[in-house]
Amino acid sequence: MPRLIRGGRIVDPSSGRDGIFDLLIQDGKIARIEPRIASLPPDTETIEAAEHLVVPGLIDIHTHLREPGYEYKETILSGSRAAAAGGFTGVACMANTDPPNDNHSVTEFIRERAREAGLINVYPVGAVSKELKGESLAEIGAMVDSGIVAVSDDGHPVMNSGLMRTALEYTQIFGIPVISHCEDLGLSRGGQVNEGLASLRTGLAGIPAEAEVSMVARDLLLARLTGGKLHLAHISTARAVEAIRAAKAQGLQVTAETAPHYFTLTEEAVLSFNTGAKVNPPLRSAADREAVQNGLRDGTIDCIASDHAPHSTVEKDLEFSQASSGIVGLETTLSLTLKLVQQGIIPLARAIALLSVNPARVLNLKKGTLAIGADADITIINPNREFVVNPDKFFSLSRNTIFAGLQLKGKAVITLTRGEIIFRE
Amino acid sequence: MTLKSRHLLGLENLTRAEIEYFLDTAGSLKEISSRDIKKVPTLRGKTVINLFFEASTRTRTSFEIAAKRLSADTINISASTSSVTKGETLIDTAKNIEAMRPDLVVIRHPASGAPELLSRWVDLPIINAGDGTHEHPTQGLLDLFTVREKRGKIDGLTLAIIGDITHSRVARSDIYGFQKMGARVRVCGPPTLIPPGIESLGVQKFHRLEPALEGADVVMVLRIQLERQGTPPFPTLREYSKLFGINLERLRRLKPDTLIMHPGPINRGVEISPEAAYGSHSVILDQVENGVAVRMAVLYLLSGRSVDA
Repeated sequence: MPRLIRGGRIVDPSSGRDGIFDLLIQDGKIARIEPRIASLPPDTETIEAAEHLVVPGLIDIHTHLREPGYEYKETILSGSRAAAAGGFTGVACMANTDPPNDNHSVTEFIRERAREAGLINVYPVGAVSKELKGESLAEIGAMVDSGIVAVSDDGHPVMNSGLMRTALEYTQIFGIPVISHCEDLGLSRGGQVNEGLASLRTGLAGIPAEAEVSMVARDLLLARLTGGKLHLAHISTARAVEAIRAAKAQGLQVTAETAPHYFTLTEEAVLSFNTGAKVNPPLRSAADREAVQNGLRDGTIDCIASDHAPHSTVEKDLEFSQASSGIVGLETTLSLTLKLVQQGIIPLARAIALLSVNPARVLNLKKGTLAIGADADITIINPNREFVVNPDKFFSLSRNTIFAGLQLKGKAVITLTRGEIIFRE
Repeated sequence: MTLKSRHLLGLENLTRAEIEYFLDTAGSLKEISSRDIKKVPTLRGKTVINLFFEASTRTRTSFEIAAKRLSADTINISASTSSVTKGETLIDTAKNIEAMRPDLVVIRHPASGAPELLSRWVDLPIINAGDGTHEHPTQGLLDLFTVREKRGKIDGLTLAIIGDITHSRVARSDIYGFQKMGARVRVCGPPTLIPPGIESLGVQKFHRLEPALEGADVVMVLRIQLERQGTPPFPTLREYSKLFGINLERLRRLKPDTLIMHPGPINRGVEISPEAAYGSHSVILDQVENGVAVRMAVLYLLSGRSVDA
């Protein structure tokens, strides 16, 4: 059915377009964008979008969908619903499932489940190493044929520098990025919270910023050595931002992401031993948060990822040191990003780029754009809609968020993939 | 005087007035332990659960004696004999205990923050008897009580804490407690056992023993453990003892009225020599004795009985 999205403010960073337009969808594609479209095909459904933002369907470059293996935390279906409700039309799902996505049959299983769910685009990320053990390369080529868009051992770092080098070299056959979880286990092992205020006050073992920074530095050197395509996950520290900025200034092809908790919160959130604030890397200092915000502003950081990490109460209602790391983010990431806009930290177009065209480019997807002829993956946002984060209303199977009870403004109200409405508030 | 919190989770969030309230109450209860019949009816009909998930001689016995001298019924639960060995979580254990309607829960746990967790899940006053490497508030209070008793005041004194500061719950509670009561606090140990940023708590940091002991009024010697995972923080216990051990020769450099303290259990010949542990400067056994009075005060004040009643 043709659909007209009428009178919304179209913000499409891929083309620089920002203004009030009508947008016509035909055959699942974006057919026309004009100030006013009067002549409509028969049976066109009209969506009134005045006072709303119409943006490219958002893409989350870093999600954990937990299926196969941890279906009590999340499934591809429940995660797809959560994504759609959060304005995402595509998510890249990490390989640390059980079994891990280290071979093409798991990749095919994920894609089949995603087709059955039939909501969003699910982009599987394959493992760098067999069983995520960091010892030898997984069959990356076979997984690429089955549809992976990147490789990552996320959840674990690739500690062996030789293997990381090999991965950055080998993936050049396919042009896919290696997504690096930057953590030097020799510095972080056993750590629970940021080393500094948080470890000092709680007595919990600290993870120094250098656990991240030293691996970022190593990976930048290896990217330079190999010419490989490197993407740095969940950047949380000032010095890592600095290192990435310097590498980009020297022309290195590297991209980076951060997650809302790193630009919203600081280590203060763990001082009461709230396991909802336990994440890896840990929440850092106020200076780190500011540096991450600056990195988002000046383009050092390319993407905002949810790092959606569902856990049940079985993993979270425990002593801090026993609890699992991670928070769910699919249903709060857009609103927390818009908060940066409301605070004047980044302009709106940049916020949208961080969540759409930039992750699409990192993953080589023909998405994240409202170009004529592109798939009609579109998110309609009410920028003035105020709400209180209520995990009981989440579509995700998990409720582990430190943001419960937070008042936010701006929310996805309609999400479309290939012209079909997959979420409507 | 009323306390802000119904729990005692740490000294970090207590005011000086609250600390003094605990110490003054302990002062008035101490005499009970020297009576012929060491029992008063104050907490008769109250039930105190001692939930000990970690080995303890001093603290568990001290809490139990304190409760019994106040006529409370005490139940001791240790991890090795509880359903924890069957995989029950802390929260589930606590909810079940709560259902039996006790009046106070005392918890010792290897995980930092375990008492906070309990305080959010059960509707009972929680007393932290030592949590991981976080705090040990009743130890902090008994240290303060002992110093005040021996020196008549805490204001203006200098406390030197020697040893593994990073992994010490006693160090954290002492730092907060002594500073709030007007003392200066020094910490001394190898850099591998001093948490980064410790100066932000307002303490002075030393890596050599001699300057740390210079002019100190109180020396708190911490227990040293070599058996930690990962890279050992110093080469050998012998080398540690040489650099940081309190022995007779180092005692001679102290002022005559300097107090030597240790939260126990001591490693004889490692962080402290037997001569130092039982010599003229030592108040280590006074600490243990005062622990009973301090815990009586804590149980009493958190039991919901008004002190004026």
